[in-house]
Amino acid sequence: MSSRRDFLKKAAGLTAAGALGSLPLSALAAEGYYKIPLKKPLKIGFVYIDPIGNIGWSYQHELGRQYMDKMLAGQVESTFVENVSDARAEAVFRQLASSGHQLIFTTSFSYMNPTLKVAKQFPNVIFEQATGFKTAPNMGNYNARFYEAQYLTGLVAGAMTKSNKIGYILPFPIPEVYRVVDAFTIGLHEVNPKATVSTVWVNTWYDPSKEREAAQSLVASGADVIATHTDSPAPMQVAEAHGIYAIGQDSNQLKYGPKAQLTGVIDTWGPYYVETARRVLEGRWKPESTWGGLKSGMVELAPLSPVIPQETVDLVMKRKAEIEAGTFNIFSGPLYDQKGELKVAAGKALNDGDLLGLQWFVKGVEGKAS
Amino acid sequence: MNTAIWISLLASVVVAATPLLLAATGELVCERAGLLNLGVEGMMAVGAVCGFIGAFHTGNAYVGLLVGVAAGAVCGLLFAWLTVQLVADQVATGLALTILGHGLSGFIGHGYAGASIAGLKPLALPGLAQIPLLGPILFDHTLPVYAALLLVAGVHWFLTRSRAGLTLRSVGEDPKVSYSLGLRVYAVRYAAAIFGGAMAGFAGAFLSTAYTPMWAEGMVAGQGWIAVGLVVFATWRPLRLLAGAWLFAGVGIGQLFSQAVGFALNTYLLSALPYLAVLLALVLISRDPLRIRLNTPASLGRPFRAET
Repeated sequence: MSSRRDFLKKAAGLTAAGALGSLPLSALAAEGYYKIPLKKPLKIGFVYIDPIGNIGWSYQHELGRQYMDKMLAGQVESTFVENVSDARAEAVFRQLASSGHQLIFTTSFSYMNPTLKVAKQFPNVIFEQATGFKTAPNMGNYNARFYEAQYLTGLVAGAMTKSNKIGYILPFPIPEVYRVVDAFTIGLHEVNPKATVSTVWVNTWYDPSKEREAAQSLVASGADVIATHTDSPAPMQVAEAHGIYAIGQDSNQLKYGPKAQLTGVIDTWGPYYVETARRVLEGRWKPESTWGGLKSGMVELAPLSPVIPQETVDLVMKRKAEIEAGTFNIFSGPLYDQKGELKVAAGKALNDGDLLGLQWFVKGVEGKAS
Repeated sequence: MNTAIWISLLASVVVAATPLLLAATGELVCERAGLLNLGVEGMMAVGAVCGFIGAFHTGNAYVGLLVGVAAGAVCGLLFAWLTVQLVADQVATGLALTILGHGLSGFIGHGYAGASIAGLKPLALPGLAQIPLLGPILFDHTLPVYAALLLVAGVHWFLTRSRAGLTLRSVGEDPKVSYSLGLRVYAVRYAAAIFGGAMAGFAGAFLSTAYTPMWAEGMVAGQGWIAVGLVVFATWRPLRLLAGAWLFAGVGIGQLFSQAVGFALNTYLLSALPYLAVLLALVLISRDPLRIRLNTPASLGRPFRAET
């Protein structure tokens, strides 16, 4: 009896192995999973748009990679390529794919189309692209709900401003930017209906000189809290030098503004990288669009400054718990746009689709929505 | 807008014009000697990273400035060696220097990206800083801001009033004639290139130790190219350079201020304003092409080899 069982097991195993070798991959995707002939340890590549440095967008992805390496020690082997311009992206992806990497994270919005192109050429490699929206059988994407944490920082800014004027430095008129400014302003008005948000578009993700000048302009025009959606710590330095407050972005910027930083938004990719690598290792990966928030840990709130009053801290913690529990929708009505027109009626709320295409500022945001 | 905002706006313009002024004045001297150095952007990047590292390790931002100046001077020396000694093409050498400077700065600064230093402190000039309006606009800044203003005045004096300046100009106009008159063409061009490099390094170090005290790759962000453009804009005259740098910085900062106080215009148009303003000014100046041609150093960009 026992030998027959063994035979059956072997036969089943052989069938499965044969399937892997010969059948088209779509036939295997019975549960929707995309399976590839896996070599262990799993080789994973990361591609970064900037030099890693010690702060900012790419640095946060690198922290995520290191976290993944630690959590999955022995099972994965990862490498990274930094400072990869859009023009070089395709070549770098192809080089990683053809050198045995079976999971490749491409961490810039601008990498979306090159990733798609290379994914089609390498069906036995799984691609994961950050902040884009396209998928393919072997390509998923992932993004974070930065706006959830930015709403909480708005609560803090509303409690701390004395001039009732907040400055906000903005890169480009895309939905992500409208989302964070709107969420911030909704939080701001929840604790301080009189406060307004002055916006300055700099049309760059990263230019310390220009960001500094924008921050100086906001300070001169009376803002006493500076928020930003650009990447350099220059605005934090300006706030520190002028003895006012600022909200950090991407990384914890405390060292640039030990007195200035009230709190901030921190991107945390580690847990997602661990989960995705595990799925690939266990054959449970499929192309999905992931959009994680505070609950998933993809977005975190930087430590709250000790100068923030306890009641504000309590409110922030309460709202954070509610957002994580799914019982509080930041974008619930009534919401008015800049002109005072009702955009979301009481009892209604914006859904994910609305948020992904958001192109307008809520009431209280001053400056032009491009 | 009230007076305080205007003062703050103008003070910001004076500071923002500083790296442009430093780099452009250096380039102006270099071009006046007949050398067209398009490597300013790269030399600024090297100055920025070396200046930052100097400040980081000594804890003294002034030492950082000196290191930045020295690093820029070495880049200038390299340019002179290639173009004066080896008679390499100036345009190609300058472009190569920009690319090299970018790569080198990234390499040298790899471990320092995102590190932070205290940065230069403003030095309010006693007496002068108390003058109403003018004081806070001109006399309450960090050392390099004053240095840039003095530099413009000094170079203006040097070129128009001093014998050495006359020599430099004649080398730039006609190196062959200068050489036959016994002027030391090579030495003059070496000195001009080194000075130009040192000032570009100074400009870069100002960015990384005073303006935004940090190092990150790409932080020069095209300011070296603007400096090269300003030299043409100024038709090789230092005082016009001052006007050009203030105009460019003023329009750039003005558009950010106008947004901060809620003056709504298309933001892409606003971002393009500084460049549009310079283009417009160039068009206006070019209405008298003869004056520009008369002012362009006649041997600019042309190689010189001493006949033996």
